[in-house]
Amino acid sequence: MPPRQSAPSRPVAVSLLVIALVVGGVAAAFAYTAGWLSPERLTPDRIVDAFSPPGKEPLGHRRNHAKGICFTGVFEANGEGAALSKARVFAKGQYPVLGRFNFGTTDPAASDVTARVKGLAISITTPDGQEWRSGMIQLPVFPVSTVQGFYDLLVASGSKDPGAMPAFVAKHPEIAPVGEWMKTAPWTASYADVRYNGLNAFLFTDSSGADHAVRWSMLPAQQPTDVPADDLAKRDPNFLEQDLQERVAAGPLHWTMSVMVANPGDPTADPSKAWPDDRKTIDVGTLTVQNVQAEANGPCRDINYDPTVLPGGIRTSDDPFPAARSSAYAVSYDRRTAEAGDYPRTTTGATP
Amino acid sequence: MSDVIHDRFTPLQRVLHWVMAICILAMLFIGVGMVSTVMPKHLTLVSIHKPLGIAILVLALVRLGVRARYGTPPLPYDLPEPMRLAAVLSHWVLYALMIAMPLIGWGMLSAARYPVVLFDGVHLPSILPLSDSLHTALWNAHRALALVFFALILLHLAAALFHALVRRDGVFQAMAGGSPPKVQIAPAE
Repeated sequence: MPPRQSAPSRPVAVSLLVIALVVGGVAAAFAYTAGWLSPERLTPDRIVDAFSPPGKEPLGHRRNHAKGICFTGVFEANGEGAALSKARVFAKGQYPVLGRFNFGTTDPAASDVTARVKGLAISITTPDGQEWRSGMIQLPVFPVSTVQGFYDLLVASGSKDPGAMPAFVAKHPEIAPVGEWMKTAPWTASYADVRYNGLNAFLFTDSSGADHAVRWSMLPAQQPTDVPADDLAKRDPNFLEQDLQERVAAGPLHWTMSVMVANPGDPTADPSKAWPDDRKTIDVGTLTVQNVQAEANGPCRDINYDPTVLPGGIRTSDDPFPAARSSAYAVSYDRRTAEAGDYPRTTTGATP
Repeated sequence: MSDVIHDRFTPLQRVLHWVMAICILAMLFIGVGMVSTVMPKHLTLVSIHKPLGIAILVLALVRLGVRARYGTPPLPYDLPEPMRLAAVLSHWVLYALMIAMPLIGWGMLSAARYPVVLFDGVHLPSILPLSDSLHTALWNAHRALALVFFALILLHLAAALFHALVRRDGVFQAMAGGSPPKVQIAPAE
């Protein structure tokens, strides 16, 4: 080999050290960004892990609200929402809906008797190709103010230490309204007669470009059928699904979508805080549930009801939960789709 | 390919290289960052990741076209054969990843029926049917290849600096610009 240089200006060892430092520095920055150097970082994986004890994961199923049933229907916008948001979904018209009724549990085999917090997830698509996904629950407000608080709640409620929950409640007084609701709210015997609340604040942008902070709810047209918890306990483990199938077989079910608009200064970043009842609310349309499908083969099975899938005209606000939900739902989705073999599609569904 | 042998990449190729270097490195950092945080920046990072990935796909195709038109400067005649092979192979793997990664990501989102949103209200069509097995295979590939991609970039960086600081053979300057060091060629014997 010919000599390359008459005289190297620095020893090769120094050059190699420089190279090692540069490459090592980039690698370290990457490892830091990925969280590999920060085990204390609250990652989506840690949140999802906290739902189930190791070895008890509901393989093939959603990691929370694991039991549910699919439906199809329509959202009929009355046009009133167009004053708040330019999203096509608020223009007068009918748009197809693919949804899921569910309840809060990490066990897909849980008895419907245990369904305390029911949920409704919807995906509405519009002819412009846009989609709006939303997951709503029965609680009037969210239990905690912060995402870290939510993780701590999962850890405390999963803890074998009898002092864990009292300690959590002492540290998170904002949970009181939900605690009160759990104690006093009537148990209902149907998915159909429940009001479902979006809880998180989002921003609607109207055609003039103005933003409106909002929260939305689904108000049932069906009359409530409150029943004593003791009577519920005697029912079939799938009575909620059977009830829904029977009702829908007899005729469609309806909910009114009601949008509450925040006043300046209302706590948009904290879903544990209700907004005052006198805030402007606008009924923007009606959800009609037309058909019900068992989840195993149903169209809702492989949908991730990520609340940040939003059409133009709706976007996230300073409420930190939609981002956290999006990140954690994605992990739940990645895991359950990889475990699809544990949740066969060939079950004979109870489709009406 | 041009008949003229250059000792530098053309200015267009150099611009493409450095723009893409920034984009791809940012992309990999954004990727590992966005899946490891529950903070609102998760959404910001995801919203950058998708359009940036498509931009890299387009730039990679442009770059291959430009390379086909203008060629590349020759590697130093005295580069040992294993290094020459590593250089050639790693570059083609890098090109393959620049094209495959965005397509895998796009396919992965399609197989999960996620809308592929580039900008507010602008989204790409789905390129695959809804399928949990496809989603899983593509997601695993996306993650594994991202790490391979990053490892190759570190290797590429190390090799570039080795050319610049140790061999001083002009390979680094062919892309970075600046004057290659005066090379003293031994007289033919």
